[in-house]
Amino acid sequence: MIWLALLLLQQPPLLDLPPANPYTSPADLEQGRKLYLGRCAGCHGPAGDGGKGSNLAVPVLPRASEDRALYTVIRFGIPDTEMPRSLMAPREIWQVAAYVRSLGRIRTDAVPGDPARGAELVRGKGGCLACHAIGLEGGVLGPSLSAVGLRRSPAYLASRLLDPSVDIPEAFRMAELTTVSGRAVSGVRLNEDTYSIQVRDLTGALQSFWKSDLVSFKTERKTPMPSYRARFTDSELQDAVAFLVSLRGQP
Amino acid sequence: MRILALALAFLSPLRAQVTYERMLNAEKEPGNWLTYSGNYSAHRFSPLDQINASNVSRLKVAWTYHVNSLQKFEATPLVVDGVMYLAEAPSNVTALDTRTGRPLWKYRRNLPDDLRVCCGQVNRGVAVLDNLVFIGTLDAHLVALDARTGEVRWDTVIAPYRSGYSITVAPLAVKDKIVVGVAGGEYGVRGLLDAYEARTGKLAWRFWTIPGPGEKGHETWAGDSWKHGSAGTWVTGAFDPETNLVYWGTGNPGPDWNGQVREGDNLYSDCLIALDADSGKLKWHFQFTPHDVHDWDAAQVPVLVQDVVRGQKRKLVLFPNRNAFYYVLDRVSGQFLLGKPFARQTWAKGLDDSGKPIRVPGTFPTIEGTKVWPSVAGANNWYSPTYSPKTGLLYVAVREAGSIYYFGEAEYKAGERFDGGGFRNIPEEQEWGAVRAFRPATGDVVWEHKLFTPPYAGLMSTAGDLVFGETDEGQFFALHAATGKLLWRFQAGGGQIRSNPMSFLSGGKQYVAVALGNVLYVFGLE
Repeated sequence: MIWLALLLLQQPPLLDLPPANPYTSPADLEQGRKLYLGRCAGCHGPAGDGGKGSNLAVPVLPRASEDRALYTVIRFGIPDTEMPRSLMAPREIWQVAAYVRSLGRIRTDAVPGDPARGAELVRGKGGCLACHAIGLEGGVLGPSLSAVGLRRSPAYLASRLLDPSVDIPEAFRMAELTTVSGRAVSGVRLNEDTYSIQVRDLTGALQSFWKSDLVSFKTERKTPMPSYRARFTDSELQDAVAFLVSLRGQP
Repeated sequence: MRILALALAFLSPLRAQVTYERMLNAEKEPGNWLTYSGNYSAHRFSPLDQINASNVSRLKVAWTYHVNSLQKFEATPLVVDGVMYLAEAPSNVTALDTRTGRPLWKYRRNLPDDLRVCCGQVNRGVAVLDNLVFIGTLDAHLVALDARTGEVRWDTVIAPYRSGYSITVAPLAVKDKIVVGVAGGEYGVRGLLDAYEARTGKLAWRFWTIPGPGEKGHETWAGDSWKHGSAGTWVTGAFDPETNLVYWGTGNPGPDWNGQVREGDNLYSDCLIALDADSGKLKWHFQFTPHDVHDWDAAQVPVLVQDVVRGQKRKLVLFPNRNAFYYVLDRVSGQFLLGKPFARQTWAKGLDDSGKPIRVPGTFPTIEGTKVWPSVAGANNWYSPTYSPKTGLLYVAVREAGSIYYFGEAEYKAGERFDGGGFRNIPEEQEWGAVRAFRPATGDVVWEHKLFTPPYAGLMSTAGDLVFGETDEGQFFALHAATGKLLWRFQAGGGQIRSNPMSFLSGGKQYVAVALGNVLYVFGLE
C-alpha cells in the first residue's frame, strides 16, 4: 500500500491520456519495434513471449487490459518487481505499447499435449510440488505456479523445464553460507545488505545472519531444480506444459 | 540579577542574529551548523569531539521527528543557538527545539498542482541570515521567513514554474545576499544562478548558465538550442571570502541523452563556475563533460582546501565528479591540476593536459541502448563529500555501477519533459559502492569501506575521528576517519536514504542528526 501511495504521489495526473492509443500506424509499429528491441526485449524476449520478464504475446495482458493501463505500466514500471520505469517520450511509449499489443495478435499458441495427464505428472512423477505451490498445495522453495500460465508462454515453460538454470529471478537467488560455529545453511536469499543477510532455508525456515558471524557466504543465480530432459519423455513434457499453461490463478 | 542578565542575553537581538561574520567564522562556534555544508569551504566537518571513536558504540537515538511526506527526505537541517530549522518536502519549513524535538513553528506552503519536477518533490535545506530563514520552493520562489515566527517576510518569484523551473537546492547566504539556483534540467529551462538582497528580496545579480547571443560561449550551442539547454544549479556551492568567489556546479545540458539537437560543447553545462560574490560576473569556469549525453550533471559539492600540488601550496577546489573522474583545480585561476578516475568508467581514455576528456568512440546513447560506466546516477551525485582538516583526507560515497543509455526523440514543448532518451540498469550487473578516503592532492585512495549497493547519501567527518555515512539499505554508520574501521551502525528500517548528516550542541551535549527514510533521527550519547 505504501508503494501504491508512493506511486500515486510521484505520478503526474494521467487524466489527459487518450483512452485509446493514438499511435498505431505501420510506421508507429515499426518505430515501436525498434524501441522494444532496445529496451524491452532483454527481459521480455525478442518475440515478446517472455524470458526474465513476463509473456507479452498474449491476447489480454493481466496488468494492462486497456491502453491507458499499458501506457502507465511502461511509463512508471511495476514497483517491487524488476520492471523499471521509462523516460521515453509519450509518443515513443505509445509506439512501444502499439507494438506490444501486436505481439498478442501475431500468435495464439495452440498447445499440444494433454493437461489432465500433465497435472498427474506435475503432482506425481515430476515432483514439482515439493518446491512449487499450486493454490493451497505444494512447497515454498520455488516460485508459485498458481498463475504461471498468465505470465509464461508454452515455449518458455518448455525450455525452462529442460534448462532450469537460465533466468533465475533475482528474488530466488540462492545463498550458501557457513557460520563461525561451522553450521552450513543453504536457501533462497530474501534480503541482503552491507552487514547482514536473510534467507529462507531448504526447510522453509526464515533465518538471519550478521555477515561478521559468517566464515563464508556466497549468493548465486542458480537453482536446485533438476532438468526434466531425462525425466520426462517428449510427450510427457508437452503434457506438463499444457497443464502449466492452463494455470491461470484463482478465478 | 542573574535572571535579568539571562533575560537580556536572550532578548538581545544581536544574540539571535546570524551575521555574515558568524558564518565566516563558523569554526568558532562548533555547536551550531549555520550553512548547508557546515562552513563556506563546504567541508561538512564538525569540530565537535564529544562523540568520538572511543565512545561512538554507545550512540543512541535521542529523539526523532517524522515528516508528513513520503517524498524523498533530502534536507540538511541548520542549527542556530538551540533551534533547528528543517526543510521538509515539498517546500515547507519547521523550527524544532533541539532539546526536546518539539516543533516551535511551522511554515506550510500551498503549492500549485501542476509542478514540473523531474525526480521527486524534494528540498535540500534552508539558509539563515540575521533573523531570516530562506527556502527555495518547487514553484520556483525564494521565500524569507521570520526565524522567530515562521511568518513570510518576503516572497520573490525566481522563474516561471510552468516553464519547468523548480527549486530544490538549499540557498547559501553570502555577505548580505542569498544565492539560490534552480532545477529543471529535464524540462529544457535556461539555467541561472541568482543572488537576492536578503533584507528586501530584490534581485542583486543573475548569471545565466547558458550565454545569450553575443556572449562568450554562446557559440557552443547549435542554432537555437541554447534557449532550452538546461544547465541547472541545484546543489549548494561554496564561497571563499579571500577570492570573493562563489563556486557552484552546473547541471546537464538538455535534452539529456539526445545531443544531436544541441551540437557543441554546451557551455556552461556540467561546469564548475566561479562568480564574483558582489557582481555575479564569471571569473572562470571549468567544464568537466563537454557535450554531455549521459546526464552527468556537475551538481556536486565543491570542496575548498589548501594543499601542495605540482610543488606549490595552492588554494584548491576538489571535485569528485558524477562522470567518475576526480578533479583538482586551482580555485584562484580555475587551472586544471589533476584528474583521474575514482570509480569504474568506460567513456573516456583519460583527460588531456587541460582536463578535457578523451572520449572512447561508440559510447553515445543509441535507440538500441549503449552500455557505459558510470551509471546515469554517476560515480558521485548531489550528496555531500566531507573533508577533515584533522586527517587531511577527503571522503566520498562512491557508486560503482553502469547504465544502458538510450537515444530518443527530443522535441521541445514548454513545460514538458525534454530529455531525449532514457536509461536502465545493466541486467545481471552486481552494482556496489564504497566510502573511500582520498588524499586530496593526489586522489590516491587511503582506505575504503565497501557497501553492498551503491549509496545515494552523503558523509560528515568530525573532530572525534569519525566519518558518518549511510548505506542504501537503511543503515546509518560511523567509521574511523583514519582507518575506515566500522565502529557503529544503526538500521533505520530500510527505504530510501537521500540525505547528509550534520552535528550540533544542545545543552552543551553533542548530537548527530540525519534524515533516514521519512524520519529525522537525532543521535546522542546516553
